[in-house]
Amino acid sequence: MTYLDHAATTPMRPEALEAYLSVAREVGNASSLHATGRRARRVVEESRERIAAALGARPSEVIFTSGGTESDNLAVKGIYWARRAVDPRRRRILASAVEHHAVLDSVAWLEQREDAEVTWLPVDRTGRLDLAALDEAFQRYADEIALVTVMWANNEVGTLQPVEQIAEIAAAYGVPYHTDAIQAVGQVPVDFSASKAAALSVTGHKLGGPTGVGALILRADVACEPIMHGGGQERDVRSGTLDVAGIAATAVAIEAAVKTQAESAAFLTTLREELIRRVGEAVPSAVLNGPREQRLPGNAHFSFPGCEGDALLMLLDAQGIECSTGSACSAGVAQPSHVLLAMGADEDLARSSLRFSLGHTSTRADIDALVKALPGAVERARAAKAVSRH
Amino acid sequence: MRVLAAMSGGVDSAVAAARAVEAGHEVVGVHLALSRNPQTYRSGARGCCTLEDARDARRAADVIGIPFYVWDMAEQFHTDVVEDFVAEYAAGRTPNPCLRCNEKIKFAAVLDRAVALGFDAVVTGHHARLENGVLRRSVDLAKDQSYVLAVLTPEQLSRALFPLGNSTKAEVRAEAAARGLAVANKPDSHDICFIADGDTRRFLAERLGKQPGDIVDAETGEVLGRHDGAYAYTVGQRRGLGLTRPAPDGQRRYVLSITPVTNTVTVGPASALDVDLVRGKAAVWLTEKPTEPVECVVQMRAHGETIPATVTVEGTDLVARLHRPARGVAAGQAIVLYQPDPDGDIVLGSATIDQASRQLVNTA
Ligand SMILES: Cc1ncc(COP(=O)(O)O)c(C=O)c1O
Repeated sequence: MTYLDHAATTPMRPEALEAYLSVAREVGNASSLHATGRRARRVVEESRERIAAALGARPSEVIFTSGGTESDNLAVKGIYWARRAVDPRRRRILASAVEHHAVLDSVAWLEQREDAEVTWLPVDRTGRLDLAALDEAFQRYADEIALVTVMWANNEVGTLQPVEQIAEIAAAYGVPYHTDAIQAVGQVPVDFSASKAAALSVTGHKLGGPTGVGALILRADVACEPIMHGGGQERDVRSGTLDVAGIAATAVAIEAAVKTQAESAAFLTTLREELIRRVGEAVPSAVLNGPREQRLPGNAHFSFPGCEGDALLMLLDAQGIECSTGSACSAGVAQPSHVLLAMGADEDLARSSLRFSLGHTSTRADIDALVKALPGAVERARAAKAVSRH
Repeated sequence: MRVLAAMSGGVDSAVAAARAVEAGHEVVGVHLALSRNPQTYRSGARGCCTLEDARDARRAADVIGIPFYVWDMAEQFHTDVVEDFVAEYAAGRTPNPCLRCNEKIKFAAVLDRAVALGFDAVVTGHHARLENGVLRRSVDLAKDQSYVLAVLTPEQLSRALFPLGNSTKAEVRAEAAARGLAVANKPDSHDICFIADGDTRRFLAERLGKQPGDIVDAETGEVLGRHDGAYAYTVGQRRGLGLTRPAPDGQRRYVLSITPVTNTVTVGPASALDVDLVRGKAAVWLTEKPTEPVECVVQMRAHGETIPATVTVEGTDLVARLHRPARGVAAGQAIVLYQPDPDGDIVLGSATIDQASRQLVNTA
């Protein structure tokens, strides 16, 4: 089997799995006051410290969540509500047009249900934020803005965003900046305090931890309304009994991913460049989407003109090659990617794309298998698209 | 063979897929997403398209142990089935959307795509027998679906597999239960999948708007009432006419015809519904196109009665002379020709009903 979908989720690192199992064997609610509870609490707090250290944050800034989706929802909705409560004029959200659905749909929901006004920020053909447009939006709406949210790295086409410039502009206007760094951590250097962001989302399962555990790194001075109410376990911003084993494993995974980031990035970039080159040789009509530089090391994303991505995916899957059309789906139906549309692709081209994403278990043999299967699959998919045209 | 199993999320298509696997085929399950907005469609075994149906289909594929994908057919379905449905009613005809879906979606758009992707055939859970190009009624006459398959051409049928034709619905359900398929007890749907609340009249009214016109008596030409849109009426219909005046002869009135040009609904007594000459357009022949008149039986609506007839070919049309009158024959429905056979009546061909009239004085 050739797994080229590490951006969807990547295998757990052995040390994270070990950590998970050893903690999961123990009983313990981290909120209990007895010795068992204290033992569990200690694991949580040590994990918090390790994550904080790895990401350039203070331990008190780490709020554990059930994963990236919750972190994004909490940041976007929570900060919006908190800002609006203090100043009812602050109802505008600036968001890039290429956010993950966890951000995109949270913003859209606030617009529909919570009186938010939204400025969708455009990107260029490579998916990179248009800083001039951001500047303009800030000037125009200066004292109406509740928050700005722009991801660190795009999950579909791998584009890295100018996080520091965004944070700088936001800081100049005193507006909190949230960044979804879920794809970035472990792939590129991510330092929370250096970034000057107010909030940052991270999840365990994209870097070798378990699914269902993540964190929102939230600066202490940034107010955030909870979206879930209960025991108030996490700074009163997030409630729910903590998943101690998952947290321990996530901490191990984040630490390992950050520690090995530079060498892993070098390894993945080499492999990725080979993948891009050989896909181009095998299928000369393939179009690489996203930037050549300023890109996640493990990401390669192509359009195959004349094909439909879902047909290609099925054909490759039948040969044991697993990849993604990149976009989220409801009943499993691929919608044309909002990311590619925002980058200026037409619907046809957007529907013709596939993402191949590499990770810590990828090898050159994966690329061999891909380029062997790809030309035949493209030919078939083209024929299938041609018959559906009439 | 490499076979694509169209899995609706119902019990029939799940068992059909399982049987295809058992027959030694390499099977891939595909659920057809027919609505961009799945919540608005109706759940059911018939063939559609809610999120729940997609989930049921996926679970069935898991249990059977085959790969599973969802294909987005929403655009084609909307154009070829939903819009066609509305346009047919607007033209005063009574369409059968299930038949159209088989003709244009399952055994056209889906089949063509499947063949291009390297599949040899499409397997569905339709209740009909198909062997060596011969299409017969299912052994379960109450569930027989040969009528809605009779529009398929020999080429389309040559790439179709219907593994359920020799089983009754009860047997299919029992088999599903034995195979551990959770859909074993899922209720059948008999409604049009894209009309969520089952209210066809309202569905049409929303799309075609109010078009008030007269309800006219066939014999006297008298206006007996008004309607809000002729499209809401079907030949043979008695209920819901809302006549403001009794008919001159005091008898019950039935819809005899719909005339879109003048926007009138013509009504008359039950006896005036009887027809014995039916013309069908765009005939499809599963056998050689006949050169001589054919003695057969014809069926003119899903689960309708069969009537002996003599059918002749006229160019691409066919003309059926019924040996006894039929009642309530609506343009737009299919006329399907069967050759009675002790091993299951054989489909000879079909056409879309264009006109129906009375030639002979009733001799019955
Ligand atoms: C950029 C981005 N944001 C958010 C998410 C959601 O994270 P999770 O799967 O942990 O809910 C993902 C992954 O699916 C992602 O890639």
